[in-house]
Amino acid sequence: MDKNKLALTGGAAMAEALRQINPDVFPVYPITPQTPIVAAFAQHQADGKVDTEIITVESEHSAISASVGSQAAGARTVSATSSQGLALMNEILYIASGMRLPIMMLVSARALSAPLNIHCDHSDVMGARDTGWIQIFSENVQEAYDNTIIGMKLAEESQLPVMVIMDGFITSHSVENATLLPDEVVKNFVGEFVPDSSLLNSKDPKTFGTLALSENYFKFKIEQNSAINLSAEKYAKLAENFSEISGRKKGYFEEYELANAESAIVVLGSTAGTIKETVDKLRHQGKNVGLLKINFFRPFPHKEVAKALDGIKNIAVFDRAMSFGTYPPLYTEIINSLKRVTGYELRVTSYVYGLGGKNIFQKDIEKVFNDLEKDYISQEIKYINHE
Amino acid sequence: MNKELTKKLSSGHSTCAGCGIPAIVRTVLDEIKDPVVVANATGCLEVTSTLYPYSAWKVPYIHNAFENAAATISGVETAYRVLRKKGKIPGQARDGSTKRTKFVVFGGDGGTYDIGLQSLSGALERGHNFLYVCYDNQGYMNTGGQRSSASPYGANTQTTPPSKIDIGNEIFCKDIMKIVSAHGIKYLAQANVAYLEDLRRKVKKALAVKGPSFLLVLQPCTNEWKFPSSQYVYYGKMAMETNFWPLYEIEDGKYILNNEIKERKPIEDFLKGQGRFKHLFAPKNKKTIERIQMMVDKKYGELKCLTGNKGCQCDLEK
Ligand SMILES: Cc1ncc(C[n+]2csc(CCOP(=O)(O)OP(=O)(O)O)c2C)c(N)n1
Repeated sequence: MDKNKLALTGGAAMAEALRQINPDVFPVYPITPQTPIVAAFAQHQADGKVDTEIITVESEHSAISASVGSQAAGARTVSATSSQGLALMNEILYIASGMRLPIMMLVSARALSAPLNIHCDHSDVMGARDTGWIQIFSENVQEAYDNTIIGMKLAEESQLPVMVIMDGFITSHSVENATLLPDEVVKNFVGEFVPDSSLLNSKDPKTFGTLALSENYFKFKIEQNSAINLSAEKYAKLAENFSEISGRKKGYFEEYELANAESAIVVLGSTAGTIKETVDKLRHQGKNVGLLKINFFRPFPHKEVAKALDGIKNIAVFDRAMSFGTYPPLYTEIINSLKRVTGYELRVTSYVYGLGGKNIFQKDIEKVFNDLEKDYISQEIKYINHE
Repeated sequence: MNKELTKKLSSGHSTCAGCGIPAIVRTVLDEIKDPVVVANATGCLEVTSTLYPYSAWKVPYIHNAFENAAATISGVETAYRVLRKKGKIPGQARDGSTKRTKFVVFGGDGGTYDIGLQSLSGALERGHNFLYVCYDNQGYMNTGGQRSSASPYGANTQTTPPSKIDIGNEIFCKDIMKIVSAHGIKYLAQANVAYLEDLRRKVKKALAVKGPSFLLVLQPCTNEWKFPSSQYVYYGKMAMETNFWPLYEIEDGKYILNNEIKERKPIEDFLKGQGRFKHLFAPKNKKTIERIQMMVDKKYGELKCLTGNKGCQCDLEK
């Protein structure tokens, strides 16, 4: 038996990755369903397996604020949160990215109040999609582990903060088999963190967090934008390296039976698993269906996505979040991608599913594929199982 | 300008003429002989010292946001402890110097009493090694002088303008010293920009303790208290001599009064000449001044009682 193959929850798997990374500082505040990550990591720390200092702060606002301080001091810094916690951090998320601090945030995605709901959807991370953080989604426990390792390295190489996202409960609390890399392999992959500058260097005193008025502010934002755009290529390289060491293929997205598909669904996160099973079933029946599972959501790989979807007749985009008063986030990105391929805007329908942890079943996905096959395409947003 | 004084905060910043904040910052930093990292809450000090591409700071400095300076320094201080163990402090060898980096926060009263209170409480409770200095100008000055929970009773602020039926701010200010003290920290003190030697002595004591320490420093604001720009020291002195702002320390829970005034001056001596209290001198507001006087005397009596002075007549004795 492979001794690196373990049955782990998503939370415990992320904590294993963190143990191997051995971050310096981990400011954190509890919220369901992020808790399994922190519980497992705190045990590693209590057992003396890491050198990390956990700061049990009094709020998520302080968790991210302390992360900014710690990272500016040159320490490898991670935190973890969900839902209301991520929303409470919002103000400082922009500050972390604006200061170009490579903090890694592990997110167990969950619905936002009101009404209060602890179950999975992507409202929390979608609410943070314009904060200047790189966002990587995970389908399952294995990916949650892999992305934590890639995310840490990517943050430090791009000098930008990274959110590694798994689906709350569905992934964070479910036990699945995952294959871990040997500790040494992970340590080599992430390497030592050498900060560009540090608050602790009194011989070269730096001012962090300046005031920049109209003369300079706009320029900073343009630079920040090119930095996040450049991170895509860095991610692609790291994904390739990681694929080599792990034997698991990584990239901006996964194409599942997409090459000759006539109908396809585009999705983020754990529902990709259910869709794959449905695709297998329908393929078996001779239907040309496929899936595009997006892993890399910020920066969004428009050009590559357009190429992957080019030639597909009808497309359904699945969003697990709403954007009140307009089309949901992933749909908007897909439309923006397909602008490069003429005539496609009209072939894409927006579906919203799974809000607040509402289940989605194979039969629901089959129905969507059936609709696509019958050219039931519309500009209306459709809701799956909302009643 | 004096070379020594500008060693850590240079000249050329843009505080108002007659602002006391730089004197507070320089006095505090001048007492620190070890390397120091400064964290600063959003406010007058921050905006006047960090306008890109310039910075008045010659020591490492971080401004994060308004309400989180204490949380920010928790992160910096924790990073320091971890990296020190690993021999990874830049510019310092592994066994390095015996010098320990000091961590100082500067925040206004708004950033301390109000929006930053939770973050401060958390950092105090966790026991990080840092000195928190609140420069207290009794209002949100950077945004134009709105009321904070440090604003005095009767003050005319942008959000509590007096009128025919209103005296201005109708709330007595929050006792932040008691709140901070309730965290059981080893040293905190009330100081005043008009008494820099006293402040210096307090900084020294504050830095000597293990864990957090706190200084509340009165900083009369020429712009929003509305007095001539040559007079911040004068109003600082009046605040002390009227017992409006007594100088005291709380050391291991024990209160020590630093100034015993034989005969305190009447509160009018502090109020008059400040635009924010001008309306109180209208005949109809006579009672308000009397109330302020009563409160000042009562609070001072309480303080004396806390210092162990027998024979005081405050409520605590009863
Ligand atoms: C979250 C947030 N709310 C409000 C503000 C606006 N704001 C900036 S500075 C300031 C006043 C600061 O007051 P204080 O802490 O007393 O410091 P001072 O201005 O007197 O130096 C305010 C209200 C802000 N920057 N951030």
